[in-house]
Amino acid sequence: MSCKLTQRFVPGYLDGELDLSRTIEMETHLQVCGECARELERQQALRAALQRSSLAYAAPEALRERIQSSLRASIPAEAPERASGWDAMQFLRPLLLMRWAGAFAVLALCAVIAWQLLPGLRGPSSDQRLAAEVLTSHVRSLEASHLLDVASTDQHTVKPWFDGRLDFSPPVEDLASDDFPLVGGRLDYLEGRQVAALVYQRRKHFINVFVWPVAAGSSSTQTIAPQQGYNMTRWSRGGFQFWAVSDVNAQDLADFVRLLQARTAPESK
Amino acid sequence: MPGAATRERFEQAVLPHLDAAYNLARWLTRNEQDAQDVTQEAFLRAFRFFDGYQGGNMRAWLLTIVRNTCYTWLHQNRPPDSAVEFDEEIHSSESSGGADPELQVLASADKETVHRALEELPGIFREVLVLREIEGMTYKEIADVASVSLGTVMSRLARARTRLRQSLGAALGKES
Repeated sequence: MSCKLTQRFVPGYLDGELDLSRTIEMETHLQVCGECARELERQQALRAALQRSSLAYAAPEALRERIQSSLRASIPAEAPERASGWDAMQFLRPLLLMRWAGAFAVLALCAVIAWQLLPGLRGPSSDQRLAAEVLTSHVRSLEASHLLDVASTDQHTVKPWFDGRLDFSPPVEDLASDDFPLVGGRLDYLEGRQVAALVYQRRKHFINVFVWPVAAGSSSTQTIAPQQGYNMTRWSRGGFQFWAVSDVNAQDLADFVRLLQARTAPESK
Repeated sequence: MPGAATRERFEQAVLPHLDAAYNLARWLTRNEQDAQDVTQEAFLRAFRFFDGYQGGNMRAWLLTIVRNTCYTWLHQNRPPDSAVEFDEEIHSSESSGGADPELQVLASADKETVHRALEELPGIFREVLVLREIEGMTYKEIADVASVSLGTVMSRLARARTRLRQSLGAALGKES
């Protein structure tokens, strides 16, 4: 006869994961149930064997240094739009130093004009930060051969692959008939959350489409100013945010986005 | 984008967990050099996502990224783990009374044998044991890191322990 509590509660008891009343129940039960007591004793012996085997690896000191220097190195390379912002500041800084009321007025006027006309001079908005993240993810996916976690041209293979890996199920459409074949998918991170990355091909070029859920509602298609030769477009519909990024030309990307939008869920009201 | 000030904040908050990150990468890749590369890559990723970090359990947040980086890396560089069998049963000892032979095996298991047995477990079992027994994480933390439910954590942990006991029994039974 096998005690039904053995498999259910001995591990939780061992790991201190039972609530108080179950813990007390288990302690009483252990005094009378030989099977549970024996099982607990073995689990404890296994734990003791693991504990005395010094299984933890410590990071080599060289790795810490390597990481620190790679973090330092990553900063200028990953913040291109900040660099252009600083150029503008260098132009404005002499005006600041004059400390004339008039100069302040001029500066204020310049700032207002710049704010209105040149979105690029504003501090990085959340959209711009996201655009930079999307771009970085795209470039890295190509450089580090991290392009695909699941390689398949079949949307019915790619979509289920995301189940269990994400807390949402992204819309997956193949556009092979329009010369934008789906080649696979990948997990990625944007803004600290897991997102689905769908990868499409246009001749020799790849298009990354990042998808994650947003609060209901949809927004119109918005084309982001090209950065470092990459075109980017964002939109949302059907409760999902989409960002498409690629080095294909702007017209191709616009065609692609239009086709993809036609296939994905209709506008939710 | 992360700047120098963010980098300092990141280093103060995240670098203390370097050993945990490296340990997980080392157990998942089973290779020192690969573990170093993966850990470095994971830290760079973590740095990029640091602005989006909402607070909470820093170690679990970092280890989630380390784990995902490991699996992406393994997927591209290694053949998949051999299929995992789902038909294990906990074999309770038939002997009633007298010394429990399995207890003796566990008590006599030496460091190298334990190390090898853990290393040879399939990845999904190895990772829950590493997080639970080496990092001392709670079921909830493990569930977060491995992106699975609490129920899955419990069943994987139970199966991982069963398998580890079986392979220790087999390894040490052979020697004696």
